[in-house]
Amino acid sequence: MSDAVPSFRKSDAAPVGLAAVSLGGVGARTRREVAIIVLVAVVVIGTVEAYLRLAAVPEYIFPTPSAIVVALVVQFPLILPHLGYTLVSLLSGFFIGASVGLVLAAVVTQKPFVEKVITPYILMLVTTPMLALVPLLILRFGFGYTPRIIAVALAVGPMVMINAATGFRRTDSAKIALARSYGASVLQIFWKIRAPMALPMILVGLMIGSIFGLLTCVGAEMVGGGFGLGNRLTTYSSMINMPEFFAVITLLSMMGIGIYVVFFLIGKKWASWET
Amino acid sequence: MAATAARLSVRGAGKRYGDLQAFAEISFDVGRNSIVSIVGPSGCGKTTLLWSMSGLLALTSGQVLLEGSPITGPHPEIGLVFQEANLLPWRNLIQNVLFPFEIKRQTPDRAWIDHLLDRCGLKGFEASSPRELSGGMQQRASIVRALSLRPSVLLMDEPFGALDAFTREDMNRLLEEIFLETQTTIVFITHSIEEAIFLSDRVIVLTRRPGRVLADYAVPFARPRSIATMASREVFDLQNRIKSDIYGQPGPIAQPAQGAVA
Repeated sequence: MSDAVPSFRKSDAAPVGLAAVSLGGVGARTRREVAIIVLVAVVVIGTVEAYLRLAAVPEYIFPTPSAIVVALVVQFPLILPHLGYTLVSLLSGFFIGASVGLVLAAVVTQKPFVEKVITPYILMLVTTPMLALVPLLILRFGFGYTPRIIAVALAVGPMVMINAATGFRRTDSAKIALARSYGASVLQIFWKIRAPMALPMILVGLMIGSIFGLLTCVGAEMVGGGFGLGNRLTTYSSMINMPEFFAVITLLSMMGIGIYVVFFLIGKKWASWET
Repeated sequence: MAATAARLSVRGAGKRYGDLQAFAEISFDVGRNSIVSIVGPSGCGKTTLLWSMSGLLALTSGQVLLEGSPITGPHPEIGLVFQEANLLPWRNLIQNVLFPFEIKRQTPDRAWIDHLLDRCGLKGFEASSPRELSGGMQQRASIVRALSLRPSVLLMDEPFGALDAFTREDMNRLLEEIFLETQTTIVFITHSIEEAIFLSDRVIVLTRRPGRVLADYAVPFARPRSIATMASREVFDLQNRIKSDIYGQPGPIAQPAQGAVA
C-alpha cells in the first residue's frame, strides 16, 4: 500500500478541483510533469518525516508518515471489513438520496411556481448539518445501518437536487423549439434536450453530494454503532493508536479522491462539450 | 422564376403579446419553387412571423396555409433554420443531422444525407463536435439537418447574420445552388438587403412595429446570379428603393441592424 503516501498530496489537490467544480482540464501529463509531481510529493512527505523525527514529536501527537504506512499495511486486514461497512452505508444512502433529489429536481423545475414554494425547504435541508440528526435517528432506528443510510441520503439528496434543478432550469428556447419543430413530445424534449443540457450540473451535484455523504457517513459512524471507518477512528483515538488512526484517515481521503476521480472521468466522457 | 402556384399563403396574419401588437394584417403568397425574403426594421416581428409560419407559435389572428390547408402546429413538410446554427453541443455533427429522425423515429436516408454533407463541404467532419467547427460549417450543418427530411418549404430565420462577410457570401452561393438542385421553397429573413436581393425571387418589406407589408418587389434576375448581375444598375436601384422604404419610415430614429447598411 505504498501508494497511500502520495494520496496525502492528492487530498490537498482535491478541494481545489472541487472549488473550481471544473469537469474539464487536466489533460495527459508529460513525463516531465509526472517527475515534478512525484518529486514534490517526496520532498513534502520527506520534510514532514524528517521534522517529526528531528523534533522528536511523540507518536501519540503526530505519527511519522512511515509509521502511518506501516500501520496501514499491518492493520489493513482488520480495517478492510470496516471499509466495506462504510461503503455499504455510503452507497445505499447516496443512491437513495441522489435518486430522490434528481426526480424532485426534474419534476419541480417543470413548474416555476412549485419550485419557488419548495426551494426554501431544500435550502434549509442543504444548510442543516444532517450529522446533528444522527443521535435522534439512532434513538429511533438503533445502531445498525439504517440511521447512517438515512443521514447520508439526507445529506446527498438536497445537494443533488439544488444543483440538478439549476441544470434543468437552463432552458434554451431555441433548442427546445428545434425539437418541437420536429414534433417532439414533452418526454422527448426532456430526454433529448433538457436532460443532456442539465447533465454537467447534475454531475457537479452528484460529486459534491457524494463528498457530503462521505463526511456525514463517517460522522454518523463516530456517533454510534460498533462498525465502519468512523467507528475505527473513535476506537483508535481512544486507545491512542495514532498511526492506525491516521491510516484510517488516509483511507478516507483516498475514498474522497476516488469519488472525485470517478465523477471527473464521467464528466470528461459525457459533459466535455461544456468547458 | 418557376412559381406556378402558391405553396404557402399567409392570410391576414397578426400577433399580439398583451398590449404589444408585433405585426398585423400581413398577407402574402409564396410561390412554389421560389425564394422570398422578408426584410424590415428591427422589432417588426419578422422572427415571430416566421415561427408562426412554421407552426411553432400560434397567430392571434389570420392563418398560414400550406397547399391550402391551415398550419396548426409543426409540420413535416416545413423545415426551419434558426439564427445561429442551434446545433446541440453534446452531439457530434452526424448525430445532430440525424436528430430529426430520432425524434420522428424514422430511418434516415443515408445516401441523401451523405450527398447533402458532400454538397455542403462537411464530408469527413461527421464525428466532429460543433465547437470544433467554424461558424460557417456549423450553419451548413444546420442546413443539412433541415434538408435531411426533404421538406418542401424551408423557413430561414436570419441564418447567416452571425457570420463574417466572406463566409456569408459563400453561404449565399451555396444556398442558391441547393435551391436550384432541390427546388425547395424558401422563406428567408435577413437584415441584409444585398443578401435578400441576391437570393430572392421576391423581397417583401415590412413596416416598423406593428409590422405590415409595406412593399413587395419582384427580383427578376436569371439564376445563378453572377457578380456582374449583382453589380448592375437594376440591382443598385432596387437596393436603394428598399433602403428608402426601410429608413424613410416615420418614427423614432431607425435602429436597422448593421447588415442593412450594405
